[in-house]
Amino acid sequence: MRKFNLKKIIWTIVKYISLILGSVISVLPVIVCVITAFKTPEEYATTSVMTLPDSWLYLNNFIEAWQKANMGVAFRNSLIILVCVLAGSVLTGSMLAYILSRFKFPGNGLIRSLFLFASLLPGIAMQVSVYQIMYSLGWINSLMGYMILMCGTDVMSIYIFIQYFENIPVSLDESAIMDGCTYFGVYFRVLLPLLKPAIITVMILKGVGTYNEYYAANLYLQDKNRLVTVATSLFKFTGPLGNQYNYICAGVIITMIPALTVFILCQKQIYSGLTQGAVKA
Amino acid sequence: MNTKRAPFNFFKWIQSGKVNRRLCMVTFMLTPLLLLLVFTYIPFVKMFQFSFYDMKYIGERKFVGLKNYSEVFSRKDCFQALKLSGYYIAASFLQLGIALWFASILSFRVKGGSLYKGFLFFPYLVCGIAVGFIFKFFYTRGFVLDTVLQWIGFDLQSLPYWLKDKKINNISITATSVWRYTGQNMVLFIGAIMSVDSTLYEAAAIDGATGWNKFRYIILPSIKTIIVLNMILSITGSLSVFEPPYVITGGEFGTGTYFVIMNKLAHESQKVGLASAMAIVLFVLILVATLLQKAGEWYFLGVGDREPIRTIRRQKRIVKQTEEGGR
Repeated sequence: MRKFNLKKIIWTIVKYISLILGSVISVLPVIVCVITAFKTPEEYATTSVMTLPDSWLYLNNFIEAWQKANMGVAFRNSLIILVCVLAGSVLTGSMLAYILSRFKFPGNGLIRSLFLFASLLPGIAMQVSVYQIMYSLGWINSLMGYMILMCGTDVMSIYIFIQYFENIPVSLDESAIMDGCTYFGVYFRVLLPLLKPAIITVMILKGVGTYNEYYAANLYLQDKNRLVTVATSLFKFTGPLGNQYNYICAGVIITMIPALTVFILCQKQIYSGLTQGAVKA
Repeated sequence: MNTKRAPFNFFKWIQSGKVNRRLCMVTFMLTPLLLLLVFTYIPFVKMFQFSFYDMKYIGERKFVGLKNYSEVFSRKDCFQALKLSGYYIAASFLQLGIALWFASILSFRVKGGSLYKGFLFFPYLVCGIAVGFIFKFFYTRGFVLDTVLQWIGFDLQSLPYWLKDKKINNISITATSVWRYTGQNMVLFIGAIMSVDSTLYEAAAIDGATGWNKFRYIILPSIKTIIVLNMILSITGSLSVFEPPYVITGGEFGTGTYFVIMNKLAHESQKVGLASAMAIVLFVLILVATLLQKAGEWYFLGVGDREPIRTIRRQKRIVKQTEEGGR
C-alpha cells in the first residue's frame, strides 16, 4: 500500500513539473516581448532582456508602433475583411452544403469530389497563377478582390455544414414545403437558424485563419498606406526598423490583443469548434 | 409557352415546385462554383501550362517543353530544399508525442487544468508573422534564449548563433512551429480522449489500473486512428512548409524550404515557368502522400460500411485456424 502511494506521488510530481515546464515554454517568448515593450530606449540598450522595466506605465513604444505601422488603418481594414469574409463564406458554404446534402441530381458527387480535390492543391503554390488572374481582373490593390479571394474554396467549412445538414431530419424540409414554403424559404427560415452551432464552428476556424492571413494580403494589397491589415502591418518592422525590438515587441503585443481577448471570452467554443472541424474534415 | 395559355403570373410560376427547385439550385451553387473555378481550377490549368514555358508575368513567353522540370531536379536550391522536409517531419512527430503526453494528463482532473490548457494552446492564435518576430528576438545573440541558457550555466562563447549556424538553424526554426502547433494537436487529442466512454475509466479505476495501464489499454487503442492520420497528414504538411523560414530568416543561411525558394523564383526573379513546374512537382508528391493516407485509412478504419481490411484479415485467419483445429 505504501509503495503504491509513493509511485502515485512521483507520478503527480512528474505530471505537474511537465505541465509547468510546458506552460513556461509556451508563455516565456511572449512574456519577454511584453517586458521589452515597456522599456524606454535607454533601458532597452543598457539592461538585459530579462530584467523588468522600471515602469509598467511607459506606453511610448505602443504609441510609436501604432503610428509607424499604421495600425489604426490596419485594424479598420482587418475588421472589414473579417466581417465580410465570415459572412460571405458562411453564406456560400452553407448554401452549397444545403444543395449538396438535400438535392439529388446528377453531378452531386462530382461537385463534392471537385471540392475535395481542390483541398489537395497547396494554396501558396497556386498563388503563382492566381496572381495573374487577379492582375487581369484588376483586383491587385483592391480590398474587394482580396475579400472575394478569401471567401473562395474552403472545403472544411463545406464539410462541417454538410455534416450538420445530415443530422437535421429531411421531414422538416418536407413539411415546410407542404405548408407552401419555397426551397429558398426552407433554407432561410427553417434550416439556417438550426445551423447555429456549425456556423459558430466555421466562424472560429475561418476567423482565426483570416485574421492571421498575411501571404495573400501582402501579395495583393500592395498599397501599404491604405490597404494594410493587422497581419501585414508588422512587415513595416522588417526593413530599417529591424533591430528596434522595443517597438517591434509593442507592435506584436498590439496584434495579439484581439485574438487573446476572443480566446479568453470563448475558450470553450474555440476548443469544441477546433475538435469538430478536425474530426469532420 | 405558359404565357399563351393563361395570364402569366410570374410569381406563381417561380414558386411552383420544379422551377423553384432548379432556381434554388442554380442560385445557391453559382457563387461557390464560380469561386472554385476562378481561384482554383483555372489557376491550376494555367499553372500546368506555364510550367512548359520560359516566361515572366508580363511579356513574351517561349515554349521550352520539359526543360523547367529537368531544372527543378537538377538545380541545387530546388530539390535540396525538399530534404529540409525531413526536419519538419521529425519535428511534427515530436510535436504529436508532446501533444499526446499533455492531452492524456489534461483529459483527467488536474489542479488548474484549464489554465495549463490555455497556456499551451494560445500560441496557436498568434499570427505567423508575429511568431516570426517573437522568435527572431528570442534567438538573437545575447537575448532571451542565450540569457536563459547562461542562467543554467552555459558559457555565451560556447553557444551557437541559433539562426545563422547551418548546423542548428533549421532545428531552431522547426522548434517555432512545434511551439505554435503543439497546443492545437493537444486540443484535438483531448477531444478524442473525451469521446471515449467514461465508464471504461471507472471500471479500470475499480480494477486498480495505474495511469500507464489506462493510457496503454484504454486511451491509446481508442485514439490510435486519429494519431495515425495526423502522422500521415504531417508528412503532407512538412512538404509544404512556408511560414516559419519565410518570416524568420527569409530563407537565408540554408533554411529555405521548397516553398520559400518557389516564392522567391516566382515573385522576385519572375521565373514563373520554373516556379510553376516546382508547384506541379510538389503537387504530385502531395497526391502520392494523400493516396498513402487513404490507403492507411482504408486499412485501419474501413470505408463507409466496409470493415477495415485489417479486421477482415484477422477474421479470416481466425476462421482458418478454427477450421484447421476442427480437422
